Amino acid sequence: MNETILLDPTAENAPAQRLRLARPDSLQNKVVGLLDISKPRGNVFLDRIEEQLAGMGIEVKRYSKPTFTRPAPVELKQKIAAEVDLLVEGLAD
Amino acid sequence: MITPLPDGLIVVAKADCPTCRLIEPLLAELDKAGPLTVYVQDSTDYAAALAGTHFDQTLEHSWRLNTEFVPTLIRVENGREVARTYGWHKEDWRAITGLGAKLGETLNQNLPDMRPGCGSKTLEPGISERLELAFGDLKLQSRQIDISGIDDAIEACYDRGWSDGLPVVPPTPVRVLRMLKGTAREPHEVVGLMPPDLVPCTVEKVAVNAVMAGCKPEYMPVLLTALEAALDEDFGLHGLICTTMFGSPMIMVNGPIAKAIGMNSGGNALGQGNRANATIGRALQLIIRNVGGGRPGEIDRATLGNPGKYSFCFAEAEDSDWMPLAQERGIAPGRSAVTVFPGEGVQGIIDQKSRDPESLVKSIALSLRAVDHAKLAMAGDAVLVVSPEHARIFIEAGWSKQRLREALEQLLLAPGKDLIVGAGGIAEGIHERFKDKQVPKFRPGGLLIIRAGGTAGLFSAVIAGWAASGPVGSSPVTREVIL
Repeated sequence: MNETILLDPTAENAPAQRLRLARPDSLQNKVVGLLDISKPRGNVFLDRIEEQLAGMGIEVKRYSKPTFTRPAPVELKQKIAAEVDLLVEGLAD
Repeated sequence: MITPLPDGLIVVAKADCPTCRLIEPLLAELDKAGPLTVYVQDSTDYAAALAGTHFDQTLEHSWRLNTEFVPTLIRVENGREVARTYGWHKEDWRAITGLGAKLGETLNQNLPDMRPGCGSKTLEPGISERLELAFGDLKLQSRQIDISGIDDAIEACYDRGWSDGLPVVPPTPVRVLRMLKGTAREPHEVVGLMPPDLVPCTVEKVAVNAVMAGCKPEYMPVLLTALEAALDEDFGLHGLICTTMFGSPMIMVNGPIAKAIGMNSGGNALGQGNRANATIGRALQLIIRNVGGGRPGEIDRATLGNPGKYSFCFAEAEDSDWMPLAQERGIAPGRSAVTVFPGEGVQGIIDQKSRDPESLVKSIALSLRAVDHAKLAMAGDAVLVVSPEHARIFIEAGWSKQRLREALEQLLLAPGKDLIVGAGGIAEGIHERFKDKQVPKFRPGGLLIIRAGGTAGLFSAVIAGWAASGPVGSSPVTREVIL
């Protein structure tokens, strides 16, 4: 059975593609997470961002994945979701 | 593509079919005698020397010719079919081809009088629906969502917010088409405006959600009737979806259809484990969620909700001594019907000692006082589910359902002074103005009685309704199931 086409069960009031979350208008009073995926020199990039955000008076929290080869562990994802409003992730070296 | 039927003879065959192979040499004779079209379902290696042979790879021709068996022989005159036979029947073939006894004379063998054929490839499992989707008149209207980039269709459904929290069956076009076979109603027919978003809900959208809930096609008439009942103005579905209180549509089924589709009215009738009970109730909830937009945390503002919001559907264990619920509510005997009720959870009544109706009815009345709050009255309706062992105590003493209801109503009258605000040191209660009155627990018609459950156990159950009953909220609605 062809499983790659599904029929929409909804009233189709929303777009077929999932929308990205709206970007915040401002970072004021928001906590920004910086996720190092453990690729070489990712820290250089994130250090610089932290410096800039801190200079703007914005609270920053740092996280790192054990390895870039696997998705983040559930515990880490839950911790990040609980602690920050936004997350910046460096994807490649 | 619609091609007119070619005049002359049409043969539909399968190289894999021994009977088709048996008659293959005859096709050259037919070809000489007049126009011949041969559709071969499975191969280019059959009657390949004839100009009129086509490999019907998509099976479109076979499908359009309603082929059930191979070989099928059809005679077409002026674009219309005038004769058909299938398998090998010598006399039929002689008559339809018009060759009479000359048929087969070039062969050095005696053809048997009869050989059955084989099934057409168009009828293999899963194929006929695909052909109907590809070539049929029915065009499904729902938006198609391509999930080929996602490795798990069930996860894709979760990601899109289509699930009640449990896995859903991915609603593929073939599954939806099969579901639609369960009803004679047109897929594009609008069943009603689905609250809370008040969008038109088509039979097709019902089928899509029924697939996801795990329904069988034969459940569709019950589901459609339940949806229609829930959309009745009296049921007040909009408010029920949005309320902070507990209730949600609960479905009670009466009549022959309950047995026909294998519903449970016996042991664990209010519990898990029966496909029809579980999936019909769930499908209605998924329609509310997906079509209506009634999602918890959004417009569904329930403070606590109840487990029945996954699914709550059962059948009455009908008994010749007690009038079934649907009949009490105006449905003719022997007909099937659905009653929807704004049900909360199940509260058990354990009475293992009463052996006469006088004791048992008092026992039940006392338990019914707990509906909403022991000090509230004429608020929520209630369904009393009487198990067979409790029902027997009433039936053997000659008590009808109606007599039981009247006795309960009498016992459930209470002095207003005990129920008013502040009485008993409890702030909750009814209005002061009832202080000097005898107050009934339920509004007129607010107590429904149904028989269900296993044959062992001196238990019954109360299913409380939404505290906003009647015109201000919800009234139970009964509808006949039209097949």
